[in-house]
Amino acid sequence: MATDIDRYELTWIYICVVALLVLFGVLLYSAYALGIHVETDVGQIHPAQVATTPPFDQPGLRMIGPDHYEAVIVARAWVFDPPEIRVPVGSTVTFKLTSIDVIHGFKIPRTGINRMIVPGQISEVTHRFDEPGTYTFFCHEYCGSGHHIMNGGIVVEPR
Amino acid sequence: MNLAEIYRRDAWHMRWSLYISFVMLAIGGFYGTLQALDKMGVDLYRYLPDPLYRYYLGLTVHGVTLGWMFTVFFIIAFLNLVTIHGLRRPLASPGLAKATFGLAVLGAVAALIPTFTNEASVLWTFYAPLQAHPAFYIGLTAIVVATWTAGINAYLTWRSWKREHPNVRTPLMSFAALTTWAMWALASVGVAASMLFQLIPWSSGLLAQVNPLLNRSLFWFTGHPVVYFWLLPAYISWYTMLPAQVGGRLFSESLARLVFLAFIPFSIPTGLHHMFPDPGIPHSTKLLHAILTFAVVFPSLVTAFTVVASVEEGARRNGGTGRFRWILRLPWLTNPAVSGQLLGMVLFATGGITGIINASYGMNLVVHNTMWIPGHLHTQVAGAVTLTWMAASFWLIPLLTGKKLWSVRLSTLQVWTWFFGMAIMARGMHWMGMAGVPRRVHLTYAPYALFDEWRLAGWLVGAGGVLLFLSGALFLYVIAMTVWFSRSPAQVEVPEAKPLHPVERMPLVLDRITPWVTVTVVLIAIAWLPSIYRIATTHPYVQGWRLW
Repeated sequence: MATDIDRYELTWIYICVVALLVLFGVLLYSAYALGIHVETDVGQIHPAQVATTPPFDQPGLRMIGPDHYEAVIVARAWVFDPPEIRVPVGSTVTFKLTSIDVIHGFKIPRTGINRMIVPGQISEVTHRFDEPGTYTFFCHEYCGSGHHIMNGGIVVEPR
Repeated sequence: MNLAEIYRRDAWHMRWSLYISFVMLAIGGFYGTLQALDKMGVDLYRYLPDPLYRYYLGLTVHGVTLGWMFTVFFIIAFLNLVTIHGLRRPLASPGLAKATFGLAVLGAVAALIPTFTNEASVLWTFYAPLQAHPAFYIGLTAIVVATWTAGINAYLTWRSWKREHPNVRTPLMSFAALTTWAMWALASVGVAASMLFQLIPWSSGLLAQVNPLLNRSLFWFTGHPVVYFWLLPAYISWYTMLPAQVGGRLFSESLARLVFLAFIPFSIPTGLHHMFPDPGIPHSTKLLHAILTFAVVFPSLVTAFTVVASVEEGARRNGGTGRFRWILRLPWLTNPAVSGQLLGMVLFATGGITGIINASYGMNLVVHNTMWIPGHLHTQVAGAVTLTWMAASFWLIPLLTGKKLWSVRLSTLQVWTWFFGMAIMARGMHWMGMAGVPRRVHLTYAPYALFDEWRLAGWLVGAGGVLLFLSGALFLYVIAMTVWFSRSPAQVEVPEAKPLHPVERMPLVLDRITPWVTVTVVLIAIAWLPSIYRIATTHPYVQGWRLW
């Protein structure tokens, strides 16, 4: 390296490099050891085929295992179909989402659920609802003049 | 040629670029204030005439005028000046400079007409398949092309300089400008490809369908590095000017060069961190981008040392003492051209931390598309970058008009109010984001809005927004008074920092851009090509929609 780099400056550079390497490490640990992953590629579906292709031809909730449900939700301007889902507390829900028009979003505050819904693509996210109550979800990607009214809810009922 | 002589030929287009950039700041800032008030449940839009009262039209105006126009016009002017001053010669091609200016103006007009007539309410990110009027895409493309011609002119100017000085290192200022242009030339390929091969033919009716995920990927190919295109001109001011403005010297020129060069390879293969929650892209690609995003933090961490050390050296030479007391020696209240930059750096430090959170893969799920994100963006672009540019304007305008700054006092008040306005607003935005409030939403009318619960956060956003409105108005007032009514001649020159240690030898690679560009092309190919190719060839293409 060049001659005009100061001793303190060099020390600072080492500190920065070590700090960034530690952050890399934490990132890889969280992804591979703890299994915290963001959305991946779970498949494609053409918007024109959504109405005729399972499971999106019948949006709604179905049980796929003990305390495990699959919620199929189709997003379009400016509604989620279905807008409301009811599950007993302690249920695990796997959401399968797609859009038949433009890009939408799907977020439930205070859970890890945060997904983009892109026409042509299938999004998937799983969550266990341990507290009873109503969880509002809404579209968080601009989708036209009614964007702010696009929302729905998950009612988690006591057993 | 004496020093003032070298700017004379190019002064008119630099001056007008700056004026246009300030007009864009005014338009974008106006809608920004209304948006901030919306976050506390106050709707002022209803007092505007049709179609201007539409929230998403306003949001598009805000993003397009500020993100694509205020920035581009300022950057072209500033990098031109830096190139001219660094090399001590006018731009190589006055014709190309004129063409650049004309193209940028035409592009801005073409994009703003459909935006203001509600033909293009697609926001500044224009995600397909929302389909705007073709003039919107063509206008924005013309603006991008204008940045290319400006970059070419800087390169031609450097080439003629180099012919006369074959064995001299390129002066730091113009070297930094050239690295900025090189980075941006590579980075802008994404959005240019999206415009030319998809959005323009599609909106003109030549293509029936487009690929939403492909265009989103190409947007973020450019959309993340564009923030460095905004930031690097501020870095040029911090590294090559600020040390001189506080009476100090640049701590280390080699390191400054390394920082600017590092932005070329690290800026671009990072954009997927904007798309962590997107379907259709595998984990592995996203993790690679997450890790490379941490790499781009490195040059900014180095900056935190080098720039602060240079400022400290200046403060100590002016009699500053003590471990921290030297900070008080800085002209916080007497030189707005300095304090604006220092206050911008304070905001920048907070945004650096929030930026690392955004890039942190799993943690991104908490903040993605919430108010946290505009909070982060505003500390960086509307805070650090804009404050630095405002500070620079306090000597740029006098330099280019020959008129003395109207009022140092009002300018000082202006940078401080902007700082507090941005700090307060961003605090509220981050807070709302943590509470799960989505961004880009007409919140006043959202049925799920819980203003009672968010009250204080929303009030902070609104109050910060109003303070920013007043500060922005004060900035425009000071500039307008300087241009129209200032009678005293300006006594300013371009501040230019000398290095603390004379640079005797420096690795050749710190005076070359081509090797860095080569590395970048390889990195881009690894990080982006497989993903973009797969999406383009195997993922669905869909029709367009006009939903506003």
